[in-house]
Formats: sequence, structure tokens, C-alpha cells
Amino acid sequence: MNWMAIWVTCKLATLTSLALLIISLPIAYWLTYSKWRWKFLIESIVALPLVLPPTVLGFYILIAIGPHSPMGHFYTDLVGHPLPFSFQGLLLASILYSLPFAVQPFAATFEQVDRKLIEASWTLGLSKLKTFFKLILPLSTAGLITGVVLSFAHTLGEFGVVLMVGGNIEGVTRTVSIEIYDDVQALNYIGAAKTSALLLVVSYAVLLLVYAMNRRVWSVWPQK
Amino acid sequence: MATEIALNIRKTFVGCTTIAVQLRLPLDPPSVTILFGPSGSGKTTILRCLAGLEQPEAGTILCHGQIWFDAATHVHVPPQARGLGYMAQNYALFPNYTVEGNIAYGLSGISVQEKKVRVSEVLSLLQIKELAQQKPTQLSGGQQQRVALARAIARRPQLLLLDEPLSALDAPTRIKLCEDLRMLLTRLAIPSVVVTHDWTEALSLGDQMAVLDDGRVLQIGKPQEVFSQPINADVARVVGIETVIHGRIREIRDELATVQVGPVPVIAMASPGLESDVFICIRAEDVTLELAGSSETSARNHLRGTVQTVTSLGALVRVTINCGFLLTALVTRSAQSELRLVIGSDVRAAFKAGSVHLIPRR
Repeated sequence: MNWMAIWVTCKLATLTSLALLIISLPIAYWLTYSKWRWKFLIESIVALPLVLPPTVLGFYILIAIGPHSPMGHFYTDLVGHPLPFSFQGLLLASILYSLPFAVQPFAATFEQVDRKLIEASWTLGLSKLKTFFKLILPLSTAGLITGVVLSFAHTLGEFGVVLMVGGNIEGVTRTVSIEIYDDVQALNYIGAAKTSALLLVVSYAVLLLVYAMNRRVWSVWPQK
Repeated sequence: MATEIALNIRKTFVGCTTIAVQLRLPLDPPSVTILFGPSGSGKTTILRCLAGLEQPEAGTILCHGQIWFDAATHVHVPPQARGLGYMAQNYALFPNYTVEGNIAYGLSGISVQEKKVRVSEVLSLLQIKELAQQKPTQLSGGQQQRVALARAIARRPQLLLLDEPLSALDAPTRIKLCEDLRMLLTRLAIPSVVVTHDWTEALSLGDQMAVLDDGRVLQIGKPQEVFSQPINADVARVVGIETVIHGRIREIRDELATVQVGPVPVIAMASPGLESDVFICIRAEDVTLELAGSSETSARNHLRGTVQTVTSLGALVRVTINCGFLLTALVTRSAQSELRLVIGSDVRAAFKAGSVHLIPRR
């Protein structure tokens, strides 16, 4: 097994889910509480990565961050190397690719906070921001964990976007899913089987955690 | 500067009635205003507009001369800045905080020490000290109501808004807590607006009351006056009780109370917790009229009087009788003609002790 690929994958998934935790909170808050009539336009954009082929998404990201785009040009001037085929570029792509996996559970959990509680908080003098941190967030922990864990798991298994934006650079952008693909190409079925099994077990464990978390009654170890 | 809340608003919900009301609520001396009406009459919406949780389409809300809302100039003071105590119908206690945490939630800008003092103050005022460390889900309905009240008053608001403060409780608890709430409101001396559809609460709690129906204010006045002298048939229908009069309990024996109403003793069923001053309330349909001098019946009250007014209400006739106090009766048209009830005729009014509701009131 290629431990380097596993390390890159874990680093990518961890950073992606942490970044998504921060980025998705305001987006989900806005999607939940905004009364803007054209809100659905933004909702659809956030959900796009769910339906778009990863290659399409990867293609556009590649164009957008490439050295010929204004953004890519600016980044190259600033840092000294271009974004595509770097870990930073891969991280950016992963964040966009997994955005709905964080935003949607966050928005769903915010939606479940009783409007009456929020109003009570306002009448008690707490601003919308303070209400968010003192009331909405603490009541949303299960949904927050779900979102973070799902985006972690989703990043673990991404393939198309990684190939398009990250390339296949050992120790930098070579992730587990690409490792499996390479093994199969090289007819190294034993290696592919080992890595696949690892990904299967980890993914299953992550989903177990999500579903167990979202049970209303914790049936495995009943609460007192 | 006007020490009142002046409210003049219009608000429409799609597919519902339009609410268009003008109200003046005096703030000094602090009084309790009841917004009374059936469900859908707009009373909760008015309360929410006062709280700043709802914005009317048109109109103004002024408090102490300060503009809280003005549709024309797009002024909307948010609920945070209105200095309110607001209690929603189901209390909206924060499930992730203890009772103590709920009460301390809105206390900011004061030292930790002072926060503690404030919390323990309201805990003892509402007699819930022993609940301090409990979570809201562990509390009974009545306890939740007390915690919600404690939370609302902990910030020492300039205005207290209570939405159906007792309706989520079972009947025995409601009677007990209504009594407590009345004493608390008197003691706090914070101007309050209470939404209710229950006439016993309105009578017990209110200094003045506004009767609402279909988004309009039908009548404003002292609760006793509104109940006993509805200005029109709409108000009478909404309030549903016609005779409300102040009395003093003379004695209670065998669960029967003798209440002195002016010169007349009235027998009523005694309920626990009565003090000497009460309102006696009698529904017009519970009063039977008979010709003077007829035989005994099971009714405990037989009052002689003269007919003061006769008003036709279709198949029924509303008759008010002066029998030491004004008593309203509802009889059929045929009964009216058989008894030859005209203004000035002598008649005897009868009603059972069980038909007399006593509402404690000091």
C-alpha cells in the first residue's frame, strides 16, 4: 500500500472538511433564513456539484485557475507557481466539489431550530449573530457533524476532479482513488484490492457514524 | 412626552383577514391591557408587531413618543432594542440551557456577580429556586410557564408582552397560575399586554381590555364594563358573557358562597382560593325569567326586578332587569310575549348557583 497517497488523501479530506465547516456556515445560514425571492438561484448553484460530472467541474476549475485566467495569473504572481497541479489547487477544487455535502446538512439542521426560540432570543436582546452562536449552533451539533463527516468522506473518494485539477504527482496530489486506478492500469490487482478495501471500510465506518448520530434514540447504548 | 404606546397599523396575511387597528395603551401608571378575541382575530399579530417580530405594511407604532415603527419612513426598531419581556404561547424555553441558563441568557452588560443576584432574585420571586439546574424538558407545563416568565422579567423590561400565558396549561393549574400571575403583575408594576381568548383570565388580569374580532378593535374599556355592557351585538357574541358585576363574599358554607352584590345576596358555587372581592359573572342564557309570585324551583337565586331594556336578536330577545344590579337574560320571542315582557314590567329572574362564576379580583 502506498502510504504517501493515503497521507495526501487524509490531509486533503481533513483540510477540505475544516474549510467547508467555516465556509458553509454563513452560506447555510443565509440559505435558511433569507427571504430573498431569487434564493433558489443560489440554492441550485450550491447543489450543482451533486449532478455535474466531476470532469466538467474539474475542467471549469482548471480554466478558472489556469495561468491564463486573471485569477490564476494573480495567484502565480503572488506565490510564484501556478495553482493547477498543486496541492492548494486540489484543495480549492475539493472544497467546491464537496460544498453541497456540507451546506445541505447545515441548512437542514438550521431549518429544524424552532423559529419561536430564535424570536425569544431576539426579544431577550441578543443580536442575530449572538443568537447564532449561543442558540442555533449549539442546537445544530448533530447536523454540523453530519456535514463535516460527509464532506470528509466525499473528498476521500473523489477521482475525476483530482485527476483534472491535481494531476497525478506523487506525494503532492496523488490520492488513494488515483492510486487504485494506476494499480489497475499496471495490472497490480493485489495493490488495488488492498487500497479499495481500505477505502470501503473507512467510508462505511464514516456513514455508520453519520446515521448513528442522526438517530433520535441512541439504541446501541441506551441513554439513562 | 406621551406615556403611552400608540399603535396604528395595517397588516395583511395572504388568504387571511386584514388587521387594521388603532390602539392606545397607557404606560403610566403601569397597567395590564388585555387583547381579547377568538382565534384568528389578530390579537397575536398585534402583540408580535409590538414585539417587533412582525412588520405591518402600513402605519406607525410609538412608545413613549419614540418611533418603534413607521412604514412611511421605513423605521423599524428591532426587537432587541425595544426593551421587552416577551413570552410566546408555548414558552419557547431554550432546550440546551438549564432553567438558570435560560434566565441568565438575556442578561448582558452586567458583571457575573450581578447576573447571579438577578437570576436568584427572579428565581425566588417565581418560587422556582429548586428548579435552577433542571433542563426545560424535565419541567411540567406550569413550571415551564414560571421559567418563561422569569426569563422575560429578568432583564427588567419596560413593557411585558404575554401571548396566551395560561392556555397551554391544564385547567386546575391554570386557575392557580392565573392567580399567581395577577399578583406578580401587580407587584412588578411593569406595563403589560396580555393576549387571551379566555374571559376569566381577561377579568382577572386586566385593567383595560380591547375586544378584537376579524382584525378590528370592537370595543375598549375596563374588562367588567366591556363584558357587562357590550356596545353592540358583535361584542356580545365575542365576549359571550353578559352580566359581570363586582361583589363581596359574605360567607362560604357547604361549598356555597353568599356574595353581596349591592343590596342583593347572590348564591354561587365556591371555588378554592377566593378572597373577599370577586366578580360575579352570569351568562344571559343561564338566566330564567318567571312571573313574580310563581312556585319554588331548584334554582338558588330568585331576584325580583323590573325590566329595563328589551332588545330583539332575531329568534331571541335580550332583556336587562334591574334587580339591585343590572342582570341580562336571553329568552325566546314566544317567552317574551307570554310573560308580556315590556320595559317597566315586574319579573323574577332565576339562576342556579352553578351558573354563577366567581372570578377573584382585588
